[in-house]
Amino acid sequence: MSGFPRNLLGIDDLGPDGIAEVLRVTDSFVEVAHRANPKVPALRGRTVATLFFEDSTRTRVSFETAAKRLSADVLSFAAGSSSVKKGESLRDTVETIEAMGIDAVIIRHSSSGAPIQVARWVPDTAVVNAGDGWHEHPTQALLDCYTVRQALLGRDADDAGDDPTDVAGALDGDDGIGGFKGLRVVIVGDIRHSRVARSQVAAYAALGAEVTLVAPRTLLPPSLDGWPVASVSHHLDRELADADVVSLLRVQSERGSGEFVPSLREYTAGYGLTARRAAMLRPDTLILHPGPMVRGVEIASEVADLPAARITGQVSNGVAVRMAVLFLLLTQGPTEGSLHA
Amino acid sequence: MAERERSHTRPRGALFVPRAQVMSASDVQRAITRMAHEIDERNRGLEHLVLVGLQTGGVPIARRLSDTLGEVGSTTIPVGSLDVAFYRDDIGLRPVLPEAVTDIAFDLTGATVVLVDDVLFTGRTIRAALNALSEYGRAQAVQLAVMVDRGHRELPIRPDFVGKNLPTRRDEMVDVTEEGVNIGDVVNR
Repeated sequence: MSGFPRNLLGIDDLGPDGIAEVLRVTDSFVEVAHRANPKVPALRGRTVATLFFEDSTRTRVSFETAAKRLSADVLSFAAGSSSVKKGESLRDTVETIEAMGIDAVIIRHSSSGAPIQVARWVPDTAVVNAGDGWHEHPTQALLDCYTVRQALLGRDADDAGDDPTDVAGALDGDDGIGGFKGLRVVIVGDIRHSRVARSQVAAYAALGAEVTLVAPRTLLPPSLDGWPVASVSHHLDRELADADVVSLLRVQSERGSGEFVPSLREYTAGYGLTARRAAMLRPDTLILHPGPMVRGVEIASEVADLPAARITGQVSNGVAVRMAVLFLLLTQGPTEGSLHA
Repeated sequence: MAERERSHTRPRGALFVPRAQVMSASDVQRAITRMAHEIDERNRGLEHLVLVGLQTGGVPIARRLSDTLGEVGSTTIPVGSLDVAFYRDDIGLRPVLPEAVTDIAFDLTGATVVLVDDVLFTGRTIRAALNALSEYGRAQAVQLAVMVDRGHRELPIRPDFVGKNLPTRRDEMVDVTEEGVNIGDVVNR
């Protein structure tokens, strides 16, 4: 691999090789997380800022934990309540942060494309998109891919009684990365308003999986041109039997998705993963949800607690994946290595 | 491979071109047998002796040392593997990446640890390894076994068990494989 990108604004910045590199390095950070002291000195002396213009607890805490476990210093800007005109305040804030000598900015913003704009303003700072409007949330998709890969490797290791790292080597061969080639991934829910869905589709497709979107017409984007999906369906029941992964999206009431369906009960009847539908899945089908989940709407409470549901696994993998992203951006980027030598 | 990692070029952009073989496969086997006997002699009767190979070049040597130690002393010596990438002091100077996942499935507290690597050069990998090792428990003692000591130390580190002392130029490279030890040059592609 010839260098890592400067920024992580969307999944396309990485490409299949970059995604594979993130997943491979994440293995090392998962090992670190299992130690009594889950911290490494890799980014000592570096400073990382989180800049969240939108409410988020889990993503911000996950990124900050990741940075701290890499021994970076962390500055947290809660920028929710600025009365200044949005564009100006964003630029001022970001340039102030850059003037403080910060190495990476992790940004969440309600406007699609805000991190791309920020990356133009601060070319010497690594910018990580932690969710922008309806656009992308790349680290969420990466941790979903990692969670799927971990389950596939665990399954193969059980079959072969083998060293999982050998299995990883075998799976990461010509057949696509980590056994993703031909994997049937069904993404269900509010695709229209979901930045997670956009990143997931890009990541799964880059790894060679076949993605099916399932949603009512009102919760699909006006056009799917350019989306690398294998199919689109409005009937969840028909897609379950041969799914390898079912990835659910939250009905985002705060983004108005409630107004696109007649009622939440009707949504659940058509698109919720109820106990009846969960019984239609193969026993080894994985159930993913990026959280926070609304039990009883997109997923039945008893389904969320099934062994096939990897939702808490996703959360703990989130820190390791974000450690890998920050480590790679700050040590393998195009200017790293030549800058200080 | 640790030696490749230490070379002053990008690890993935450079090619090793061998010039001469300095140890044959049977030389390596004899060195392993001798080092195993030396480790046994120095640590005889120790309850809690473990080998930790450095990723990736030290790991097969650690396994072979453990096999030979098992024949010599009849007890099984556990083998772990350690990747030191996150502990290196040249992060930011060149693109340092983990080679493989660390696998130490036992607590090192109270153990005598023999660190095993293929080539000892500047000593910086071993410095990083000593720091990384402390995350897995407080070892009673740490010793160092290497197949080749090629000189050019930059830190006060010396090996306890050596397969071969090999004088080298700084810009040369030493490559240890199953088939033997070669000396050669690193060529940028």
